Amino acid sequence: MIGRHKHCLGLADYTREEITEVLDLAVSMKEVLQRPIKKVPSLRGKSVVNLFFEASTRTRSSFEVAAKVLSADALNWTASASSVSKGETLIDTVRNLEAMRPDVIVIRHSAGGAPALVASRVGCAVISAGDGAHEHPSQGLLDCFTLREKLGTLDGKAVAIVGDITHSRVARSDIYGLRTLGAKVRVCGPPTMIPPGIEALGATVHHELREAVAGVDAVIMLRIQHERIGDPLIPSTREYSRLWGLNARKAAEWLTPSCLVMHPGPINRGVELEPDVADGVRSVILDQVENGVAVRMALLYLLAGGPEAAGEAKASART
Amino acid sequence: MNAAEIDRVLDRLAAEVAARARAEDGEKGLAIIGIRRGGVHLAGRLRARLAKLVGATPPVGTIDIALYRDDLDEKGAAPVVGPTDVRFPVDGKTIVLVDDVLYTGRTVRAALDELVDFGRPRRVWLLVLVDRGGRELPIAADFVGARIAVEPQDDVQVRLTEAGAPEDAVIVTRRPS
Repeated sequence: MIGRHKHCLGLADYTREEITEVLDLAVSMKEVLQRPIKKVPSLRGKSVVNLFFEASTRTRSSFEVAAKVLSADALNWTASASSVSKGETLIDTVRNLEAMRPDVIVIRHSAGGAPALVASRVGCAVISAGDGAHEHPSQGLLDCFTLREKLGTLDGKAVAIVGDITHSRVARSDIYGLRTLGAKVRVCGPPTMIPPGIEALGATVHHELREAVAGVDAVIMLRIQHERIGDPLIPSTREYSRLWGLNARKAAEWLTPSCLVMHPGPINRGVELEPDVADGVRSVILDQVENGVAVRMALLYLLAGGPEAAGEAKASART
Repeated sequence: MNAAEIDRVLDRLAAEVAARARAEDGEKGLAIIGIRRGGVHLAGRLRARLAKLVGATPPVGTIDIALYRDDLDEKGAAPVVGPTDVRFPVDGKTIVLVDDVLYTGRTVRAALDELVDFGRPRRVWLLVLVDRGGRELPIAADFVGARIAVEPQDDVQVRLTEAGAPEDAVIVTRRPS
């Protein structure tokens, strides 16, 4: 359990205390990752199923390492290799998986809401590893963790999120997490990539990169997905990188000296981020990857432990 | 036990550790690890005493055993995990593992499991302020401040000023069975 939550499907309804509980625990988990023997026995005998209906290397590996460091067994089930390609429905797939008695199902799906649907049908805990354009809560948590670690606190800090906000589940989870922890959030990108009504989440909208990043404590650059290019959303990658990409010259002129640069990965070098920034002194991109394992360990530990998680079928479908 | 008694007991325990370390050639490699939370402040006090007795200040660390517990499924919520902080290499060291109260032995079992994940100490000694009996595992302390005979339902608490107590004390609360 994380506060009131049996699952982790999104950060929209997580309180400050609940997010802080995960981040505080992740500090201890990160210490485990720095030991000579990176393994603790706390989830021995528990099993975690990674159910991925969309391609992912980083997030899936991160959950897999997190499970293994905690001594849980991790089973990876990918859509292309499964009976999904033979026409099995999502619910049939998870009911079959559930018959193998996992303690946690980690799911990524192209349809927003798929993890919530699964959570309502199974007894074990469900963690969303990204669903459609809805949320990517573990990424939001690791971004909050990384910022809190580097800045000390998020209260009163300003963070700019730059890129395709409309199609980004990372942006949404980041906005919820950062706002809940007291940060001011700006979003920036081509007008075609800023969803109407995003201000309702507490973010301010900017269309000029220079204006969006002025005085912020950190910039989160989002990946521009190749399939969007050539699409009416952006005419060309050159135009995108010229207007909304970050290079060393813009960073030096527009960012404060201590401003951090983050990216959820994988980076399109030369599109949203030039190598001189991605590998530069401001970049905390590799810290994000390491912190991702620690945060996912915290999620697995909190949701797999306790008698409730031990197979109480059809338990209350609370999220 | 009152504050003065605790003080005397710690003096004696430190002298015993120093004497045994000298006798068994472990003086140089001496290190102290306190088990959170009761053992941490005791480890700090022991360190100050040992520094005078052996001439060098032994390194001190902290172990939190929450991730090594064997009762994750029995607790309502997952136990709170505190910081573990062992910054020195444990390989080849003589480790004095410190806790306030020795009871079932399960905490010590978990601490030993965690300790060996940091390396291979030359040997590990267990030092406790109070041994209340009631072991559920074959574990014994090398250095014991006091043995107290209590009933299983009784509660033994070590209160120290570092943890916010007004004065040091060991308190036994008898509960009707």
